[in-house]
Amino acid sequence: MNRPITRIYVLILLLFALLVYFTSKWAVFDSDELQAKTENRRPLIASQQIPRGSITTSDGVLIAESNPAGGGNHPVYIRDYPEEDPQTFSNPIGYSFIDAGQRGIEQSENDLLSGEKNEFASLIDELQSQQPEGADLTLTLDAEAQRLAVSLLEQAAASTAGSNGAGSVVAIEPSTGAVRVMASIPGYDANAVNDPGALKALNSDESSPLVNRPTQSRYQPGSTMKVVTAAAALDSGEFTPDSILSGRSPQEIGGVELSNAGGEQFGDIDMDTALTHSVNTYFAQVGEQLGTETMLDYMGRFGFDKDPELDYPDDQMIASGVVDSESGRLLDAGDAIDIGRVAIGQERLLVTPLQMAEVVAAVANDGKLMKPTFLQQAKDPDGRTIEELDPDEQDQVISSETAEQLTSMMTNVTEEGTAAGLTVQGISFAGKTGTAEINIEASTNRPWFLGFAPADDPQIAVAVMLETCTGCFGGEVAGPIATEIMENLLGG
Amino acid sequence: MSARNRELLALVPVALLITAGFAAVFITRSNDVSDVSLIYGGYFLGLCLAAHLFLRFRLPNADPYLFALCALLAAVGLVVIYRIDDELAFDQASVFVLGLALFCATIVFLRDYTVLERYRYLIATAGILLLLGPYITRHQTNGAYLTIDFGPLSFQSAELAKICIVIFLASYLAEKRELLSVAARRFVGVTIPPLKHFGPLLVVWGAAMLMLVFIRDLGSSVMFFGAFLALLYVATGRISYVLAGLAMFALGSYFLGTQIEHVHERFEIWQDPFASNGPEGAGQIQQSLFEQADGGLFGQGLGESLLKLPGPFAPNCEQPFPDCGSILPAPHTDFIYAVITGELGLFGACGVIVIYALIAARGFKAAVMAPDGFSKLLATGLTTIFALQAFVIIGGVTTVIPLTGVTLPFVSFGGSSVVANMILLALLLLVSDRARRPRQVPL
Repeated sequence: MNRPITRIYVLILLLFALLVYFTSKWAVFDSDELQAKTENRRPLIASQQIPRGSITTSDGVLIAESNPAGGGNHPVYIRDYPEEDPQTFSNPIGYSFIDAGQRGIEQSENDLLSGEKNEFASLIDELQSQQPEGADLTLTLDAEAQRLAVSLLEQAAASTAGSNGAGSVVAIEPSTGAVRVMASIPGYDANAVNDPGALKALNSDESSPLVNRPTQSRYQPGSTMKVVTAAAALDSGEFTPDSILSGRSPQEIGGVELSNAGGEQFGDIDMDTALTHSVNTYFAQVGEQLGTETMLDYMGRFGFDKDPELDYPDDQMIASGVVDSESGRLLDAGDAIDIGRVAIGQERLLVTPLQMAEVVAAVANDGKLMKPTFLQQAKDPDGRTIEELDPDEQDQVISSETAEQLTSMMTNVTEEGTAAGLTVQGISFAGKTGTAEINIEASTNRPWFLGFAPADDPQIAVAVMLETCTGCFGGEVAGPIATEIMENLLGG
Repeated sequence: MSARNRELLALVPVALLITAGFAAVFITRSNDVSDVSLIYGGYFLGLCLAAHLFLRFRLPNADPYLFALCALLAAVGLVVIYRIDDELAFDQASVFVLGLALFCATIVFLRDYTVLERYRYLIATAGILLLLGPYITRHQTNGAYLTIDFGPLSFQSAELAKICIVIFLASYLAEKRELLSVAARRFVGVTIPPLKHFGPLLVVWGAAMLMLVFIRDLGSSVMFFGAFLALLYVATGRISYVLAGLAMFALGSYFLGTQIEHVHERFEIWQDPFASNGPEGAGQIQQSLFEQADGGLFGQGLGESLLKLPGPFAPNCEQPFPDCGSILPAPHTDFIYAVITGELGLFGACGVIVIYALIAARGFKAAVMAPDGFSKLLATGLTTIFALQAFVIIGGVTTVIPLTGVTLPFVSFGGSSVVANMILLALLLLVSDRARRPRQVPL
């Protein structure tokens, strides 16, 4: 009888080995995967037990802080967003709550805010077996300009016929990539998201208030795309500002007739004139002569075809480019693309407002595109600076000569072209209007404006867009918003 | 060194573990535990010493490590329970007093445990009645009938029933093993034993299984079945019986899995704990895995993992923690292994499994050394059912098998479990004492 007993023991040992195998799977090998599961509230609860760092704008306005709640030996810190108009910072700051999770900058800077990145302090805390504390962040955002941008957007949406109440503003400091304004309307009340029911309602709200439009929504850029086309034309050496092409309308582009805005006729004109008056037929020809490959190459250098290199959650950013409407795939030079129409912001070209702001910022910064960023400074609870804005070059998109030529052309736009009449403190500034026609029969348009100022020493670059209006133009709706924001940021 | 001196020496690690464990919990959770709670550890050590002295006196030859290993498990359990809630640790230490009393009573009254053989049908009937108890009193827990209520006290009857059933099977098989090994006839190459001798066995076993179907205690049914097959194999040496039994078990599980909603759900959760639209009960297993995932190799340390939902996130409920307000359900009973993994890490958890493996080794050693068939079968059955119980609950918590609610022997919080396992340990020590007793030299 002893031999079967031994065998049973061996079987029991095998069963126990199975237990060891599974335990090591959960505790060690699959541990990260389990911790990242959306069902797993532990990391979030743990993070709420640490005093999360505060968020302040570059002009010293507190926009997010954590307050203890519940008391006792286990206080939990609940996020509070003190801004009076809750819409102002809801995008792009987002929120951080136990049930709702995280979004926006609260999500992308979570490691800093929750103290996980603070290695030195956390080592000491661990020795004292204390909870780590989060770092306080100062953002590059300017509260005053952000408030102005949101209120200007809201006013424009209210006073413009056919507006759906949605729009966005992005302002970037060209030399550093610092994002000074990122406004998106409609917004939401981040404090309300703590209630799970409210989040559900926001999620199903048809006006998509949770969507941070500057990074997450793609639109036809209209004529603002001509800045990219002109940059490619000049920088590739195939064109100069004086290159002459016919501006008559209509002309056959990609096998289909293309007209200028309002059917306006131009004779043989140079590129300077063509940009000043935003001549479609001229730039469509430029696009066709450059070819798909060159156009896509320059678009890529400006940051198209990939997520922006912004410190923001990946799932809340989207790449700009020529998009296949069915699969959502970004098309490349191997696909059949009507590049003439891409060159004037039509075809299947879709861009984010942030992408267009990066385009003008690169032109403003001698052709050098800086990585956009929100983070000005992070300080640990003891006041040590643990991270600081360190301007980082993303790409030398075009040469500084090209940038200079383009700046001069864009300055003409604001002085005698489609943006004439707009002023920025009476100084010379560069701009480009855009009016994408999204429903020709209903004359529904999407007004755009790109600009930077001052023209000779650019301090701020901005992109403004309203989602819809009836029969309006970029210069009259988006332009004034852009100039007021530039004035505000320059004046400060 | 004598067996009892070795036992005393083996109790040193238990004392160290209790001291270090209580100190660690006391330091990390100084805000939550009372100062007097430190003495609960001393209280437990006192009980261990008392039991040791009793064994020294009554069973001088018994295996020196069995008791110490069980005390080590109990020490781990007590420390983890102390970490969960200091009041619970006091209750658990007190339950050990009752357990110890029954442990001593078993050893005193069953000095000649072979008398059990005489009352085997009575014992079998008692076991089945114990299993039926919760069904009769209609006390349902998580869809299963597990406890009998006596006023404020409730008793998990399957814990005691397992011992009764093992005693019956061991004594019956010890007597009939030769008759059962004889092939009455063969059918498709399978030996079919004489029905006459197999009959009573099947009736009693079948009754126990049926009760399990009624009371829906699947964990216990797996343990009972495992012990039954193990004893049948040891008694007859025929692997074909085991295979036939396993086939029956597979059929039975399939039937139960498709017919009983409560069982079907457990299977679904086991197959994919993270299925979207999965059964609601999947949350328990998910929380168990999340707790383990926080453990890593060395764990977060005693008292460091997240159990009590903090501040405003604690649900409103009348029951005190940990019955309510814990992110991990039942952290002190069914899911205590997850807490061990989370706080002591993979190494801590493996340590616990190794202790079970060592206890099984000593138990089977007692079986191998035992002089007669009944003793061998009794020790084998008790050891197997003990080890299987550990496997069933740890396996459930780690998703090796579908989760069923049984306690982790000597570790989980709970009176019935401690009491029943103390009796089980007493029986094992009785068998071992007899097996190791020096042969009396005839004058």
